[in-house]
Amino acid sequence: MIASTATHPAAPGTDADGVLEVRDLAKYFAKGDQDLVALREFSITVRPGQFLVLLGRSGCGKSTLLNLMAGLTRPTAGQILYRGTAMSGPSTEIGYLTQHDTLMPWRDVTRNVEMPRELRGEGKKSRRKEAQRLIELVGLKGFEHHFPRELSGGMRRRASLARMLASDPETLLLDEPFGALDAQLRTELQGELLRLWQGTGRTVVFVTHDIEEALLLADRVVVLGPVGSVLLDVDVDLNRPRDPDEVRVDSRFVALHKSLSAALKEGAR
Amino acid sequence: MNAVTTADAGAAGLGAAGPLQVQADRGFRAKHGRTTIVWAWRVGLLVALVAVWQVLSGPVLDPQYVSSPQGIWERLAGWTADGTLWTNTWITIQEIVLGFLLGAGAGAVLAYLIAPIRVVWAILDPYVMALYAIPKVALAPLFIVWFGIGTDMKVLLAAVSVFFLVFINTAAGVHQVDSALIDAVRLMNGSRRDIALKVVLPASMTGLLTGLRVSIPYALIGAVIGELVASNRGLGFLISDSSAKFDTDGVFATLLVLSIIAMVLNGLVGLIDARTSRWKPLDA
Repeated sequence: MIASTATHPAAPGTDADGVLEVRDLAKYFAKGDQDLVALREFSITVRPGQFLVLLGRSGCGKSTLLNLMAGLTRPTAGQILYRGTAMSGPSTEIGYLTQHDTLMPWRDVTRNVEMPRELRGEGKKSRRKEAQRLIELVGLKGFEHHFPRELSGGMRRRASLARMLASDPETLLLDEPFGALDAQLRTELQGELLRLWQGTGRTVVFVTHDIEEALLLADRVVVLGPVGSVLLDVDVDLNRPRDPDEVRVDSRFVALHKSLSAALKEGAR
Repeated sequence: MNAVTTADAGAAGLGAAGPLQVQADRGFRAKHGRTTIVWAWRVGLLVALVAVWQVLSGPVLDPQYVSSPQGIWERLAGWTADGTLWTNTWITIQEIVLGFLLGAGAGAVLAYLIAPIRVVWAILDPYVMALYAIPKVALAPLFIVWFGIGTDMKVLLAAVSVFFLVFINTAAGVHQVDSALIDAVRLMNGSRRDIALKVVLPASMTGLLTGLRVSIPYALIGAVIGELVASNRGLGFLISDSSAKFDTDGVFATLLVLSIIAMVLNGLVGLIDARTSRWKPLDA
């Protein structure tokens, strides 16, 4: 890795050494005679180890962008470079936690979590062991043999998180992962996510519409407007660990909150 | 109090406490009361109906037309003694089972081959529906011409009825697979084969089982109709033969046997039902 990237992580634009580099991305969806524009001329560079939060109101193309970054859909125009090479499809180096749970309902927690390694052809014993480790890591010990429908929403999120981590991705894409959870559980899982990220060198792209969540987690927040226009791109220089109760009264937090909120409002006009 | 929590729920930590399960002290009444009442009424109703029928036949009802429990019983005893009952029942059962296996097998395999390819399905869909809508009785004369009046004709008539139900339900199951689950496997770099075997197959199992469930009675209907139209063996033949001789006892006796077979088949349906409503890993 080039050392200079770490020294100025604030510089926006298109550094050549980003993990994920999005160039002039556009995505249209056919709708009758017309095309529905979800994203247009969108560019961003995500630097290695960065916790990037994409903040935007619903319908601004956040999920479309993440689907493209994950390689699930192909862009109409533009390209996405992952470590310098153009993406051609999903990669196990990129983990993607979607907004809704996609655990296989006919598999219990263990068999869901070990699935990425099962598809990779790993032996039963070692993948079981790894699944057990991850299940304990996300706090689901004792629920190894429960089926998804027997778990609460929060526990299903944990299981999904464990499954995503099973393929040992170096880049995590998270699409409003804690949106449907209650406030306490959300804080708890945010803490867990930070623990999983810190010190591992993983890169995270986290999508949310919640300003506080963005400020609690991010190194850098990019505010998205309609069809993926970048309204604001700021670095969050709050000290870590950020205590959710204390950081809210920090003057820098308040100032950032104000500017993000203003940017979101501006985008709505 | 004898409260018992689920295994290690407390030790799971991080607030992931599971559902609390408590040992309950329920007596026989609380556990089986309803079932007992239901069964008692079922038996009572049957006994009462048979008793009323027996009493009324003769003075009020003409046994020549509506038979009587005693007449049915005597006919069943007679047929059992000379082997008529068992030979014919066995033939019908064979036709039902063979027809069901043939129809269900073909329906499921074809559905898994055709349904995943959307274009092919879209092209064939109206024709499948048109064929499905044909009353299967209407095929009987044609089948006689093609396959003669032997057992083959009945087996195939049962199979055709079963085929469409299994085929359509399985295809619906394949089409209803959540695309998010397929995407999840794509994200794990799963191949098309992985998607087919680890997502589409288990996810569409409910559709297949629904098809099997609803088609079981149709196997019976197909076989019996085939026998009624043309045959010299089987329960359908017993009905047409008895009625031709104006032997209502014989007709009712055969109907009784048919309803017993239907009840057994419905019991099998119940077993399939219990399996459908429970998510079990299929390749564990």
